[in-house]
Amino acid sequence: MAKATIQLEGLACPSCMQKIEGATKALSGVEKESVKVLFNSSKVKLDFDPSLISIEDIEKAITTVGYDVKKSQVKA
Amino acid sequence: MQRWLFRKKNSIAAIGALLIVTAFVSTLVFKQELIGTIALIIASVIGIAPIALQAYQALRVKVVSIDVLVTIAVGGAFVIRNFEESAIVTFLFLFGSYLEQRTLNKTRSAIKELTEMAPQSALRVDEHGEIEEIDIDDVEVGDLLLVKTGAMIPVDGVVQSGDGYINEASITGEAVAVGKEKGSLVYASTILDNGTLQIVANRVGEDTTFGKIIELVEEAQDSKSDAERFIDRFSKYYTPAVLVLGAVVWLISKDIELAITILVLGCPGALVIGVPVSNVAGIGNGARHGVLLKGSEVIHDFRRVDTMVFDKTGTLTVGNPLVADVRYYTKDETQVSAYLCSVEKESDHPLAQAIVSYLGDLPTFQVSDTDVIKGGGVVATVDEKRIVVGNVALLASHNIEIPPQAEKDIALFEQQGNSLVLAAVDGSLVALFGIRDQIREGVKKNLARLKRLGVKNLVVLSGDNQGTVDLVALELGLTEAHGNMLPEDKAHYIKQLQHDGHIVAFVGDGVNDSPSLALAHIGIAMGSGTDVAIETSSVVLMNDDFNRLPHALGLAKATAANMVQNIFIAVGVVIFLLLGLFFSSWMNMSIGMLVHEGSILVVILNGMRLLRYRLRN
Repeated sequence: MAKATIQLEGLACPSCMQKIEGATKALSGVEKESVKVLFNSSKVKLDFDPSLISIEDIEKAITTVGYDVKKSQVKA
Repeated sequence: MQRWLFRKKNSIAAIGALLIVTAFVSTLVFKQELIGTIALIIASVIGIAPIALQAYQALRVKVVSIDVLVTIAVGGAFVIRNFEESAIVTFLFLFGSYLEQRTLNKTRSAIKELTEMAPQSALRVDEHGEIEEIDIDDVEVGDLLLVKTGAMIPVDGVVQSGDGYINEASITGEAVAVGKEKGSLVYASTILDNGTLQIVANRVGEDTTFGKIIELVEEAQDSKSDAERFIDRFSKYYTPAVLVLGAVVWLISKDIELAITILVLGCPGALVIGVPVSNVAGIGNGARHGVLLKGSEVIHDFRRVDTMVFDKTGTLTVGNPLVADVRYYTKDETQVSAYLCSVEKESDHPLAQAIVSYLGDLPTFQVSDTDVIKGGGVVATVDEKRIVVGNVALLASHNIEIPPQAEKDIALFEQQGNSLVLAAVDGSLVALFGIRDQIREGVKKNLARLKRLGVKNLVVLSGDNQGTVDLVALELGLTEAHGNMLPEDKAHYIKQLQHDGHIVAFVGDGVNDSPSLALAHIGIAMGSGTDVAIETSSVVLMNDDFNRLPHALGLAKATAANMVQNIFIAVGVVIFLLLGLFFSSWMNMSIGMLVHEGSILVVILNGMRLLRYRLRN
């Protein structure tokens, strides 16, 4: 299980959080319970299984719902 | 395409505004209705594009977002050919979100300033002595790093070579230059004022003390209280419910206009954003003033505190005892002082150190046959004279007679809350020292402020004897004082207070009082940003500054009040809009959207007031 911290562009509406949560939780390989969207610091924190999904795929899922990823950090 | 649309949202809003103005001018002034209608249709279509796209993406992940409501409402307006409303609603929605973004960034600025203080890069020295600049994320534990004058220390580490002065304000809050040399510990984000250092990284990135502070503040601003979690759950079902309501109204009344107006009025905006905005602004204000509030749960409990319990030593008092008064019973003061100085230098007991620092730099003698009696004092030979320094019991055990005048002095010193040290040379009493801990500056004034803020009971708990503690309580106007307490007694006492229904805050130095800090509703650590203090407490006063305590309490109260105001504004607006819809003829989609966006801005601006919060005297 790897821990990812993904820095997004500033989030403005709380419904963004629901969208990002929904988008990331739907990915297989992402630990559903671990997904945390921080509204004010505009960050997503989650645990994922690197053998099932890559960080790039997770970033892509977030970009697809309309939010730019600034930078992400993965800790094994 | 999609990202282009999102990025151009602001330009789209501007074009929309222009088109709407064109439409009104051509219709009202030039009576060209066709041109006006076309302009409105274009404005609606380009305006709804980014909103509809967002709505679609939300639905794909099974979220009924505000975008969904607005898209359907605008679609409905199109069906009934009300292009005026569809254009104005899309414009207001886009312009509103632009303003939201702008104002939100302002409210978040305090915390952003803090995170931007984090080091970005480091100069790594490799095994050949070559220096290379690397990104902070690439620094690893054990790396040797070079820090030049004026640069920021990139990691927590130990000085390997060099020396210099460091400004540790980012960690301790005190802008005082601290000298560092080989073996000294240095902290990430502190600034090397002068000198050059080579340091070995012990902890990097998020593991550094500064990294932990940032993480804590970031988590705090997004932590949620029960009330907020309720609002979150509520809004998850609220938006779909509005959609259903709109559909039901449409089916029953066959009135599309009414149905789509309900969709717009139902947009949850101020309610969802109001509380997080107060939270981030309040915590941001704290972060700027050296007060770390760990989240909104903490704010809620802190606000209700009615009893504050203080540790004495190091919290109310300075923590290092000083000589307050001296009596000599000899004519040869200088000689005696030199003897005592020589003997007391042999001991590291705090009382002995107080005497040494009081006597100052005196010529010292060779000391022999030193005997340190635990819980008593020191006996030694100096200049062929037998010196006894210690408490009353030690002197009694050496059969040293206490003259009547000295008896009186002893009684007086004790009454004033002094610890006593007596000294005898060759069997006769020569000096009496009264030593006591000093009250920290400003404590009395700040305790009075806390009382004015509504704290009813101010209690001091201490391991010191009851007499000393009583005196401190009397001088500071505390309501209760208990001495002779071990850490577990303090924890037990706090449990009892909580059992009696008090909301208790404990203020301590965070090192030896962790049980009490953890147990109290609110643990307040007065620490210089030590790890233990940061972890066990709910509020951290960064620079060990008692002045921050009333500010912290006042801020918690102001923030909690701000949240309540925002909830009132949000709910009030919804009620106002619904009443308007049912009992007036002027309510329509555009006014609904205007009021809705207006209320969001009002709650954000209200939250922003917290950034400027100061405690009034």
